[in-house]
Amino acid sequence: MDFPILSAIIFLPFLGALFIFLSGHKDENKSAIYIALFTSIANFLLTLFLWQSFDKSYSGFQFIEEKNWISGFIKFKLGIDGISTLFIVLTAFITPICIVSCINSVKKRLNEFLIAILILETFILGVFCSLDLIVFYLFFEAGLIPMFLIIGVWGGPRRIYSAYKFFLFTLLGSVLMLAAIIFIYWSIGTTDYTEIYKIKIPQEYQYILWLAFFSSFAVKTPMWPVHTWLPDAHVEAPTAGSVILAAILLKMAGYGFIRFSLGMFPIASDFFTPLVFTLSIIAIIYTSLVALMQEDLKKLIAYSSVAHMGFVTLGIFTFNKQGIEGSMFQMISHGIISAALFLCVGVLYDRTSSRMIKNFGGVVNYLPNFSFIFIIFVLGALGLPGTTGFVGEFLVLIGAFKSNYLVAILASTGVVLCAAYMLWMAKRVVFGDTNKTTISSLKDINYLESSVLIILCLATIIFGFYPEPLLNTMDVSVTGIINNHNNELAIKLTNNN
Amino acid sequence: MEYAVIFLPLLGSIVTYFAKSIGTLFSQIFSCSMIFLSAVLSCFIFYEGIINKTYGNYLIFEWINSGNFIVNWSINIDPLSSIMIVIVTSVSALVHIYSVGYMSKDPHKPRFMSYLSLFTFSMLCLVVSDNFLQLFFGWEGVGLCSYLLIGFWFKRETANNAAIKAFLVNRVGDFGLAIGIFLIFLFFGTVNFNEVFLLVPEFTQTNFNFFGGEFNIITLICVFLFIGAMGKSAQFFLHTWLPDAMEGPTPVSALIHAATMVTAGVFLIVKCSPIFEYSQFALNLIAIIGMITAIFAASIALVQNDIKKIIAYSTCSQLGYMFFATGVGAYHIAMFHLFTHAFFKALLFLGAGSVIHAFHDEQDITKMGGVWKKIPYTMILMLIGTLALTGFPFLSGFYSKDAIIEFAYLKNSVTGNYVSSVGILTAFLTAIYSWRLFFKTFFGDYNNKTIPINKTHESPLIMIIPLIILAIGALIAGYIFKELFIGNTSSFWGDSILFLEFIKLENIPLWLILITPVLILIAIPISYYLFIINKNILEGVKNSNLPLYKFLLNKWYIDDIYNYIFIEPLKKLGLFFWKKGDLNTIDRYGPDGISKLIKFISNKAVQFQSGYIYDYAFVMLIGLSALITYLILN
Repeated sequence: MDFPILSAIIFLPFLGALFIFLSGHKDENKSAIYIALFTSIANFLLTLFLWQSFDKSYSGFQFIEEKNWISGFIKFKLGIDGISTLFIVLTAFITPICIVSCINSVKKRLNEFLIAILILETFILGVFCSLDLIVFYLFFEAGLIPMFLIIGVWGGPRRIYSAYKFFLFTLLGSVLMLAAIIFIYWSIGTTDYTEIYKIKIPQEYQYILWLAFFSSFAVKTPMWPVHTWLPDAHVEAPTAGSVILAAILLKMAGYGFIRFSLGMFPIASDFFTPLVFTLSIIAIIYTSLVALMQEDLKKLIAYSSVAHMGFVTLGIFTFNKQGIEGSMFQMISHGIISAALFLCVGVLYDRTSSRMIKNFGGVVNYLPNFSFIFIIFVLGALGLPGTTGFVGEFLVLIGAFKSNYLVAILASTGVVLCAAYMLWMAKRVVFGDTNKTTISSLKDINYLESSVLIILCLATIIFGFYPEPLLNTMDVSVTGIINNHNNELAIKLTNNN
Repeated sequence: MEYAVIFLPLLGSIVTYFAKSIGTLFSQIFSCSMIFLSAVLSCFIFYEGIINKTYGNYLIFEWINSGNFIVNWSINIDPLSSIMIVIVTSVSALVHIYSVGYMSKDPHKPRFMSYLSLFTFSMLCLVVSDNFLQLFFGWEGVGLCSYLLIGFWFKRETANNAAIKAFLVNRVGDFGLAIGIFLIFLFFGTVNFNEVFLLVPEFTQTNFNFFGGEFNIITLICVFLFIGAMGKSAQFFLHTWLPDAMEGPTPVSALIHAATMVTAGVFLIVKCSPIFEYSQFALNLIAIIGMITAIFAASIALVQNDIKKIIAYSTCSQLGYMFFATGVGAYHIAMFHLFTHAFFKALLFLGAGSVIHAFHDEQDITKMGGVWKKIPYTMILMLIGTLALTGFPFLSGFYSKDAIIEFAYLKNSVTGNYVSSVGILTAFLTAIYSWRLFFKTFFGDYNNKTIPINKTHESPLIMIIPLIILAIGALIAGYIFKELFIGNTSSFWGDSILFLEFIKLENIPLWLILITPVLILIAIPISYYLFIINKNILEGVKNSNLPLYKFLLNKWYIDDIYNYIFIEPLKKLGLFFWKKGDLNTIDRYGPDGISKLIKFISNKAVQFQSGYIYDYAFVMLIGLSALITYLILN
């Protein structure tokens, strides 16, 4: 294929942003929205085309593009496999939804907000496409800037504190990753992922490098105990910011674990598995209990995100098919469901300017359609069979059970706890009787809101019953990673003997 | 045809839900006709199965394919599932029709019908599954519908709480079931029923190190599967949700909490008989838990006053019967009791619904009485249900319940003997509480102070007809299907149930055949005397045994214990983790701590730069002297 489709996908949103910037209509907000919507939907169609033309039976990278950037040092190299394809599609799928959600909820500086979102999309897509560590790092960190602005400019009352907390946490981990990347360049002479994959990093360096990458990914995931930035960031971020943060930004870390930690440091990954398992289990149980007691809807969902991402990290480090595929599926499922839940909270917030659970109750009496959809996503989040949540969770647990039954059993208690906090929340928000005028004066969701939510709802249910298209896409690539991991371990064993 | 049976209820559910705008009449007719059609077709399948052995497996499509974990959506028709679909669809159809009358004044009728249909679909998915995962789908699906229907009157705080409780307690059971499935996949590499069952005999000697102890793998799997069954079937320890579930509308109680969903646990164990047969330990455990549940629930039922709660505890107790039947290896009799129980318990619940309807939503039996002339049809139908439940000779409960007791006795093992004697005792208790309910509701003095007696009224025909059909079932189903289900020469079950050692029901001692019916017959005059003619005796007994009475009235204090040891501590722990863990430790020493530290250091550093030359000179001097000292010392 001669047409540089990956570059096109990455930079199309950027072009859209540029266009909005240059056209600069201050008052006519509508035109900016249309431009943003048009570019993001076009981009989504482009990614669908990419997914369609992607060869699912080939385990290596496809659509490779390579250009010298800083000659002899960094190559701008792009390429995708079955794992990144799904994330690209997910990103391009969520972005238009975010943009639609802005229409009513962003009250000031709409143009700038849309520019931030589109640029963020470019960076995130870059993360999933890049095959060079430096390029990856640049995109990975650059994503922080628009997100920082989204929280810091359009956020709630404590936005400055949250924005800094978010920035500090994520930057701290990333500095170590940068050091590790520089070290890799020194010792191997390249930052090209495919080259590193072939040459293999010497065993003795793997441990320290793994830790450096881990520190960055763990913060982004976020894993316990570096998760505290997430609830704050979510609470202060505007709805669209929360959606992107939960649905896509967190997934960059999971992707990083699979691609880089597992791919480049298989031996160290194996060595540190107990650490990851322990942290994941703590994340699942601890944050589920914390979520149980939350009074703020967004915080509750943020904590549940931490718990769900605990399942993801757990699954990745099982090194078996079900575990990793389950993790991948869980990430996509969480991308859809948490996005939808944050949108639902946004719907309530737009109408009442409150997110406190105690201010709600009896919503179903006045917003029946909203409640119906909201309950579906609550059920998806608690992993009811027939939704995507179940497929991911169950595969992760079955994979985990293969590698360590104790871990799997402990993680399964998280499923019970998740049902507890989700249903309790639903009861306090949606059900019950009410005579509060704050609730009874509310209007049910309009066409725009419901159409967005219904799309997400259909995705949750369809892929819950028929996950084949997703599993099929990642199948060969995941097998490749597992085989590589097993080979490396076998070599290490023979060397030791 | 098989596809139609399963998917018509789903179609009914979806259309009914979204056709709210077309009108409630349409939605009622549509959902009822879908279910009715499904019921007719399932009877046809059942009949075909008996006559022509047309059993088979119909693939729908592949669900999950990940490595060697491959699961299909499929419809598996075998003798076991064919009888289950008949029970599910026919009771469901009757309940649908009944609901049209019962819910006639409710503004959310389409939603109600839709949930009922959705429940039917989930339950059908459960019973026709050919693998553990689809079973799990149905298992959680019926749990969901139960949640939705218990909480149907969402304005009631108690209904919402009961709904959550039901879902969560079921989730605890599901947790066990899921671990059972993990174990099965880990050892057998498949979750398909037939493939697993084929492999089981090879693993009877395999041990697995589980939490430091060596356990037989089959036993371990069985125990976890049984935990799942306990949750769904409300067995002792996990029974607490069932009485609370009576907050839902009465048709729901009849369909879900009596006839179908709660029997899913029994179905699971019967379905997995090829696994359970290889674990004597697990079977004994089931028998003992079943036995405890049977007598425990019956004892509570003796003192409750809510008409639905009495029947709920009775259901719990009858499920205990089914479980101990499976525990002694009488799978076919357990299924038979499940079958007859579906008729008479649905009849009792719907009858109770009719009574409640007559009393304008009053459920307390101490506020009823003396109305049998006003609601004669309901009274007669309830009488039939009560007779069938207590096991009055030649009614359906008689055949199934006595068969369980006899089988347990013939088993001739320690557990078997225990179980059969407890079974006889429980049968007696069952008779007492059933007649208490019956007499207090219909006879004696009229005790309701808020509604005058002439305001009570008989239910409309649309509610009575389903009751009559169920009553016919309760009268004759036992007699008709006895040979087919538990006859010594019946070959109906085929491969769907495995017996390692089949015990024929013959050479039963005469005293055993007679003892239960005699006890039951004696119970009628006793209860009439105690509850109607001379209530003072009971008052005396109650007052002299007040602690025992309180103990029973408060359901053995199990809810309070759970609240005390699980719910409150978990909430406290959550609060502790949040306030102390996240805010006071991680944030305080993490980001906030670091930023404070930096502020502190920079404040100090600022003070150094005073701008006065003598300050700098002084610092230089100290530095210089320190350097010289260091050099000298070296």
